[in-house]
Amino acid sequence: MSLQAAQLRQVGRSYRIPLPGVAALALGLVTLALALVFFVVPNDANQGFSQRIFYFHVSIAFTAYACFIAGAWKALVHLWKRDPLADLESYVAVHQGLIFGSLVLITGSIWAKISWGHWWLWSEDQLVLFLVLFLFYAAYFMLRFSVDPGPQRANLSAVYALFGVVLIPVSFLAIRIAKNFIHPVVFTRHGPNFGGWILVAYCVSQVAMLVLAYALYRVELAGKRLDERLRGLREALA
Amino acid sequence: MTTAEKYVTAAYCAVFAIVLVYVVIIALKLTRLEREVDELAKGIEKEPAREERERTLVG
Repeated sequence: MSLQAAQLRQVGRSYRIPLPGVAALALGLVTLALALVFFVVPNDANQGFSQRIFYFHVSIAFTAYACFIAGAWKALVHLWKRDPLADLESYVAVHQGLIFGSLVLITGSIWAKISWGHWWLWSEDQLVLFLVLFLFYAAYFMLRFSVDPGPQRANLSAVYALFGVVLIPVSFLAIRIAKNFIHPVVFTRHGPNFGGWILVAYCVSQVAMLVLAYALYRVELAGKRLDERLRGLREALA
Repeated sequence: MTTAEKYVTAAYCAVFAIVLVYVVIIALKLTRLEREVDELAKGIEKEPAREERERTLVG
């Protein structure tokens, strides 16, 4: 048994809010967001009913960015303090980011089809850069699982996760620096391009997606830690 | 149902389908972990019985 694995089995993290509480909050917020999106918010003047994809699509995109940033932060903590739990947390956060990233690509493609008449446009910097970010983090798993478990794998994964975070501002700012684009800009230097119920519904959706991602993160982390502890018990009993 | 409604439904269904698939995968994993805990518990229960038998044979 490696020293890192042994430390991981012993070290725990205590959270202020218990997991069932986070899951219940996520369920409540997602329900509220759906109620606002479908029963309260008026149809958009230009795009009509199809604009309702915006509330989840944009919230999910920011949640994916948040997950990748959290993964990078935990990677930095791992490199700094050599905390094995931080490595596991970084891995789970990147995994969550990839799940939400795939949702961004799917919902974005559906929205693009109804708005622009195409599932995908290679000429759009925003789309291509997000795909690059997504593929970069997909390769994180190939790297991680190509190395045997231990400090070397944790260090390599941490450095890779830290490099990936550089792509986030590039992806976010691409839409603002591109000259020819059809992807809408909703957040400008002067604030959001909308107000009233649209802003309320968007804010609730954003918080709902962040809490949902956090709940899923906690569930996956609990499973991974339980798996590690079980492996340790098996080895002790053998 | 209009075309726009169909696309919006598809987008929201995709979100919930993926989250649901993820929850199912996690649930399956937790079921496996539960089974492993049961196996370990049985192994621990058998351990004192075997030690007792060995002690009796030696004595």
